[in-house]
Amino acid sequence: MNKILQIIRQLESAGENPKETIRKSMAQSGKKAIGCFPIYAPEELVYSAGFLPIGMWGGPKNGTLSDRYLQTFCCSIMKANTELALSGSYDMLSGIILTAYCDTMKCIMENWKMALPHLRLIPMVYPQNRKAASGVAFMEEEFTRVKAQLEELRGGQITEQELTEAVDCYDDYRRTMQQFTKLASRHPAIFTARRRHAVIKAASFMDKRVYTEKMKQIICGLEKLEPEVTDHKRVILTGLMAEPAEVLDLLEENRLFVAADDLAQETRQFSVIAPKKGSAIERMAQRIAMQDGCTFLYDAEKSRGIRLMELKKQYNADAIIFCQLKFCDPDEFDYPIIKKQMEAAEIPLLHIELEQQMESLGQIRTRLQGFAEILE
Amino acid sequence: MDNKTSKQLLGELLDRHYAGAMQAKQEGKLVAWATSISPQELLTTMGIHTVYPENHAAAIGARKCAQEFIDYSEGHGYSSDICSYARVNLAYMDILNSEAGNIPKPDLIVCCNNICNTVIKWYENIAKELDIPMILFDIPFNHEYEISEQNTNYIKKQFLEAILQLEQITNQKFDYDKLTEVMKISTETSIWWKKAALQARAVPSPLNGFDLFNYMATIVCARGTKEGRDLFKLWYEELGEKAKQGAGPWREGQELYRVMWDGIACWPHLADTYKVLKKYGINMVTSTYPDSWYIVYDTDDLDGMARAYSSNYVNRNLDFGVDNITKLVEDYRLDGIIYHSNRSCKLMDFRQYEVQRRVEERTGVPSVVFDGDQTDPRAFSLAQYETRIQALVEMMEARKYREAEDHE
Repeated sequence: MNKILQIIRQLESAGENPKETIRKSMAQSGKKAIGCFPIYAPEELVYSAGFLPIGMWGGPKNGTLSDRYLQTFCCSIMKANTELALSGSYDMLSGIILTAYCDTMKCIMENWKMALPHLRLIPMVYPQNRKAASGVAFMEEEFTRVKAQLEELRGGQITEQELTEAVDCYDDYRRTMQQFTKLASRHPAIFTARRRHAVIKAASFMDKRVYTEKMKQIICGLEKLEPEVTDHKRVILTGLMAEPAEVLDLLEENRLFVAADDLAQETRQFSVIAPKKGSAIERMAQRIAMQDGCTFLYDAEKSRGIRLMELKKQYNADAIIFCQLKFCDPDEFDYPIIKKQMEAAEIPLLHIELEQQMESLGQIRTRLQGFAEILE
Repeated sequence: MDNKTSKQLLGELLDRHYAGAMQAKQEGKLVAWATSISPQELLTTMGIHTVYPENHAAAIGARKCAQEFIDYSEGHGYSSDICSYARVNLAYMDILNSEAGNIPKPDLIVCCNNICNTVIKWYENIAKELDIPMILFDIPFNHEYEISEQNTNYIKKQFLEAILQLEQITNQKFDYDKLTEVMKISTETSIWWKKAALQARAVPSPLNGFDLFNYMATIVCARGTKEGRDLFKLWYEELGEKAKQGAGPWREGQELYRVMWDGIACWPHLADTYKVLKKYGINMVTSTYPDSWYIVYDTDDLDGMARAYSSNYVNRNLDFGVDNITKLVEDYRLDGIIYHSNRSCKLMDFRQYEVQRRVEERTGVPSVVFDGDQTDPRAFSLAQYETRIQALVEMMEARKYREAEDHE
């Protein structure tokens, strides 16, 4: 038990200290790093080229450098990334894959090209008609194009075997994480909201193979433990991300346990596993085609609400918390639909508006207190 | 169209457009809602009556009716930070009544994200709430200067997939001969639209640029029709005649400064924004609009059509944006640029500062940015707007003075 807790704490710390973790991962693996923008970047390609993929999910960075490019109503994650880039934090990266899921990201791509000519930027576009034959083909072509750029950075071709191994490695990571989140949901005493988040987030800054091995050890330990009985209410978080981490402290303060999440930064990274059939790139494209219920990918069925209801049932949860990152349009469009669906199903739903760099959490504290009382 | 002016015809055409859609609905025919730069060719070929929520929301805004719709949407959980066209339209979808005119409820929706990705979310919600089919034309953002072959192929394939979807929805065979005809007319209409707008290159400009905002509704909804084409041809001729006579944009008052307007109009404050400019003798001679509907390709060339739908400036990279405006500065002999930082449109806004800097560096033409919104009346301050315009006048005047001195 102690050994398991030790690994959990180690990953927790890794997730909370990105800079230090990335430095260590690079030193231990001897690999150079490539930054990967949210929401889904082709990490498998990066990994197969022998680079370390690093998730770029903003941070608490404040500043005024980005004001040169962005108005005040830009989401805090893209502002933070831009601040970090302009202040030189990303100079250690050998390349950055920029994606364009929303209008803000398209502009970030363009501004960065102008503002940061010394960085090796690899822009890419994910198809929205990702299930249609045209979209699947486009996705494969886009992966192939990015692969060629990575080959150039690497100074050599990526073999099909290397690529297959990388996709398999990511399958393994995703399967492991699915197992982990199931098991973690039985341990509200161990996995406070903040710790659960940090442990999952650590994957963004570590070599996936190393991380997955550690997770397997944690799983092994957790399997032997009896589920914990506490007085927590069980909630499901949905949104782009649930940061700043101080907000997660407020969940614990109000005895709210994250039984599962539908966050782009967390579970959506591993909720879909590539099918086994086809070439590595075909498998990757299929995975994107299968990724439903995510606001950043076209979904005329709007299946996110149904997914949330399923999660609630599966994880025996009491309520849903909609974590709205301020100025994130796609999520802002999803909320009214989710609200309606949850009202019809009589599922308690709380909407909280977050910014990565928010200083005052008083209002959110009050709202969480009130919500926790309703759930009692 | 004997003896009628293009402006009269414009009003009639729009009335017929909306009345026709209402009638089609009553007769049980299919009605579509579509985004403003959609491949309407496919819908026109299928005989589907198509109306454009952006046009309608703009009309609601211009008639100062937007607030009630915005309040309704926000009351249903929509954030005040999202596009106000969407907030107006998603409320209209429920309310279905406005003093500014009505559009029928759709049976299908057609979304083309060459104007932004926001429309995908907006249209998804319509499809979900009304339980109707949605066709998405996914036009990849061009981060490279030119439209790549990869993007062109993807778009073209989607045209063919959409035709199959339309055949299923309508239970009709797609008529490729008719498509040829519609493609031809659509291109001609676009060409006349652009030619008319280009008349404003004359000094003084025969065109009062705010008319672009009025005529825009027609290029959106009548691009695939002969009457649309003929209207723009007539407008072109009228402007040509005015230019020949050396007539300026207004009956009274001289055109002292020529500027371009970047972004969408502030519909709820259209008259105010116009009057302030006119007061200082500023004529908005062009904007990014003329090129946005310059959707030109060879008949029967689906690759060309794919490229054309991917070519509008908001879907292009920043280098293109800078070249585009630089060219407008030269072609229209501009004295200044007004950038509308439109609270609704992140895609236009978040490149504006860098474009402004680069265009100014290249052309020396002064510019100002003001805060506003396309339909939310709350996000605009007339005082701020006028102060910025005054600043622009001072800068334009100083530049003229400097240039005159250099000549001497």
